Amino acid sequence: MGVSIQVQNLNAWFGKKQALFDITMTAQANHCTALIGPSGCGKSTFVRCINRMHETIPDAKAAGSVKIGDVDAYNGTSATQLRRRVGMVFQKPNPFPTMSVYDNVAAGLKLNGFSSNHKQMDEIVERSLKNSALWDEVKDDLKKKSGASLSGGQQQRLCIARALAVEPEVVLMDEPCSALDPISTGKIEDLIFQLKQNYTILIVTHNMQQAARVAEYTGFFLLGKLIEFDKTTKIFTTPSDKRTEDYITGRFG
Amino acid sequence: MRTRFQQGLDDLREKLLRMGGLAEQAVERACQAYIDRDLNRCHQVLENETLINAAERDIDETAFDLMAMQQPMAVDLRFLLAVVKINADLERVGDQAVNIAERVMDMVELPAVELPVDIPRMATAVSAMVRRALESFVEGKAELAQAVLEMDNVVDRMRDDAFIVLVKKMNTNPEATRQALDALLIARNLERVADHATNIAEDVIFWVRGDDVRHNASPEFPAQPAAGSSGS
Repeated sequence: MGVSIQVQNLNAWFGKKQALFDITMTAQANHCTALIGPSGCGKSTFVRCINRMHETIPDAKAAGSVKIGDVDAYNGTSATQLRRRVGMVFQKPNPFPTMSVYDNVAAGLKLNGFSSNHKQMDEIVERSLKNSALWDEVKDDLKKKSGASLSGGQQQRLCIARALAVEPEVVLMDEPCSALDPISTGKIEDLIFQLKQNYTILIVTHNMQQAARVAEYTGFFLLGKLIEFDKTTKIFTTPSDKRTEDYITGRFG
Repeated sequence: MRTRFQQGLDDLREKLLRMGGLAEQAVERACQAYIDRDLNRCHQVLENETLINAAERDIDETAFDLMAMQQPMAVDLRFLLAVVKINADLERVGDQAVNIAERVMDMVELPAVELPVDIPRMATAVSAMVRRALESFVEGKAELAQAVLEMDNVVDRMRDDAFIVLVKKMNTNPEATRQALDALLIARNLERVADHATNIAEDVIFWVRGDDVRHNASPEFPAQPAAGSSGS
């Protein structure tokens, strides 16, 4: 089951340049929360702080509290342990090109030190591909077909399957549909709806209609600050802050 | 800034205002026709109805295109929703003006009788409501719209008073029944115009503030019928 993501007073820097300012918000368990805002506003940095990928950049640092359920992401947990609880899907599908579909999904487990027999592995790969709504399209050629031979939309669902294989509680998605056509986008959005039953989803998107379609809650970032966080219907119909309204109505940004 | 979208919204606003002008003019002409027993004005109202109907279709089409092509959000979405609803109300105002004109045409065929009802006073109040509702739309001011809502009760009372005195007139002067009935229907038409002005004002408040003030905040519509409730 998904768990909540509780963020308190999170600040982040790239060298001396501060990228996030005192962010406090909670993403509800088993809900989808969308983050919107103009390019460079800090929403991707925010997401990368949640699974501690931000700190992998030289000179980058973060300070504040991030809790995944009861687990403190920055205190008493290694980044590797944390990332088993927090899966991530990126803007551009990035399957391992030389690996089969099966191995791509299994790689998520192997990279996380999961050892199992063939039968267990088969079950996990099948379950992950079913959960990412890709199983029916690849089941006949699972071990022969290369991950790179799939369409863009299929590759993205393969990456989601890879993220799900380690049974995370939270799935972070950083513009997962920006490189996909509308049909593939629709499939991913339907998938997000299904995934909410078992995972907590945090999605960064530039597509405001997408945020409106998939997320129950939406946060608007501007210049590294969380300007407004509320129910998605409120944000897109009657936002409280003028800056939010100006952004979502296209008056700036 | 989405310049083309803003231009589209401005064009739509202009169109709705022109339609509002036609609807307002239709009511005023119909009422003036009542005062002057003027068949020419009645015919003008009937002829102009086609313009109002054409404007309604044009506005709906423009709003629909903007919704589909520009995917509006927040204040722009509320504006477009308000425009579509105001559009329908203005078209109904035009219909009410036609109804009044038809009653006047009937009355002109009959002998003039003294009726104990002040239709011109009621028409003035109703026209003021329509004008102010449109002003609130032009200015985007919820306070102006709020004032329209408060005028509705006054017109409702005028209609009720008209009903009482005109029924009495029918009883005491049966030969004036048809004229009294026409006047009664005109009072009812004017009251309906006031209701449409109220709807317009409510839509302006929704657009400007995002508040739904209709029906005095009635209870929420249940998602599903209560168990055991009859569906037949």
